[in-house]
Amino acid sequence: MTTTSSDSAATAVSVRGLRRVFPVRGRPDVVALDGIDLDVAPGEFVSLIGPSGCGKSTLMRLVADLDDPTTGTIAVFGKTPRRARLDHDFGVAFQQSALLPWRTVSRNIALPLELAKVDSGEVKRRIGELLDMVGLSQFGDHYPDQLSGGMQQRVAIARSLAERPKLLLMDEPFGALDEMTRERMQTELARIAGESGAAVILVTHSIPEAAFLSDRVVVMSPRPGRIVDVVDVGLGDQKERTEDLREASGFFEAVKRIREALHGVEGAAPKAAEQR
Amino acid sequence: MIARALRLALPPLLLGILSLGLWEIAVKALHIKPFVLPAPSTIWAQFVKHFDNIVKGAVGTGRNALIGVLVGAALAILLAIFASLVRVVADMSAPIVAAASVVPIVALAPVLYTMFGADKQTGRWLVAAVSVYVPVYLNTLKGLRRAQPIHRDLFRANAASGWQVTRHLTLPGALPYVATGIKIGTALAVINALIAEYFGGPVGGLGKSITSSAASSNYPLAWAYVLGAVLLGMFAYLIGAAIERLASPRGAG
Repeated sequence: MTTTSSDSAATAVSVRGLRRVFPVRGRPDVVALDGIDLDVAPGEFVSLIGPSGCGKSTLMRLVADLDDPTTGTIAVFGKTPRRARLDHDFGVAFQQSALLPWRTVSRNIALPLELAKVDSGEVKRRIGELLDMVGLSQFGDHYPDQLSGGMQQRVAIARSLAERPKLLLMDEPFGALDEMTRERMQTELARIAGESGAAVILVTHSIPEAAFLSDRVVVMSPRPGRIVDVVDVGLGDQKERTEDLREASGFFEAVKRIREALHGVEGAAPKAAEQR
Repeated sequence: MIARALRLALPPLLLGILSLGLWEIAVKALHIKPFVLPAPSTIWAQFVKHFDNIVKGAVGTGRNALIGVLVGAALAILLAIFASLVRVVADMSAPIVAAASVVPIVALAPVLYTMFGADKQTGRWLVAAVSVYVPVYLNTLKGLRRAQPIHRDLFRANAASGWQVTRHLTLPGALPYVATGIKIGTALAVINALIAEYFGGPVGGLGKSITSSAASSNYPLAWAYVLGAVLLGMFAYLIGAAIERLASPRGAG
């Protein structure tokens, strides 16, 4: 855990001594997360990987202020997660696209802007930019149920970027997509992340996905959820992550290192990370 | 398309015509007295003869039902929103409203006539409004609670206020349920507005006309008004169904 800076405002996310315990009636409490320390630098792409039940989604939810830690602290751009949430400092994307079925693609993308009471002229301009960015310019007036799963997820990503957040929190955004679509979406996300300059925390259970996209991969173990290793992938700038990278030796090397780190975990968890 | 519509509509239509024919023949052949059962042709003759009065009656009763629907549904939607925002209100009110749904509200009509005056329509509006209120309130409340957790997370992460969540998430999501409530309520409002007339109040409506025709032994005319009531009920049902269809989720209609 690279605790490089003590000045938390200089980091996008700073997590210290985080612990989250879920009480279960009639049974011992579940320790979802324990002793988590993590720093994410501005513009850095960090993946959280680990078997089911390792608390990676819980960690993301805590950063997003969708849940409260039992003990420990989280700073998002030097603020409490609650303050950061109220200041619209981050965007979120989930495994399901979570689009509102009664809104068109454009109006789904506009939702965060409307909630932040951005004036309508600016909203309109921004919708155009975002549709371009995710390659859906022709589909602004379509409804979500008229789009494929991959297109819906692209809308969700465009929506998460609507307010130009400096931090993007993504919980298995491609988990429900087929392998081909998934790879294409990863390439697009690399490009989008590079263009927007946002820091990204990506929850995933796919080793190649983590290797392809991340600057660093945080490997976690279950029950209690702990960080067991942090793999520096360092395959270069986000903008250079194109399809060619998938066949580069550096990519295979990164996959191997993440897999080995995960194998250390597997003793504790019989379920392999790549299942599901 | 047309062939399919024909295939759907033809059998019940034939059955209807066949039944009317049998009815007509039975009354004629068995010499059934008109006060027991008039022939369809006799009823139809009365219907045509008194068409203006029947339409007037239907408009009068329909207006009472409509006022009931507007007042009852508006109140039900507002209070359901309030109840969904303040959980304790929902917990307190839902069982009471559910219990109210089995109370034959029209039984209150005689009491209401004394309360508001026998020459006023107020009692009928109230009966219709209460009968609409119950299904709209319960359905709206159910719809408002249908919002998915993932959508709630999305709104929370985007710092949406309680009102924004209601306005942009729970209310649009509840719309199909509200419409179903209104559809059920509309049918109930017509029935209750009509029955309420049986217990007194001003003349002119269909219900009152049915009772007074029957009281003066003009049974074919009473039946003609009943036919008017049937048509009014069907009209109300079609309006309700149209509202429900308009509000149905995309692609489901």
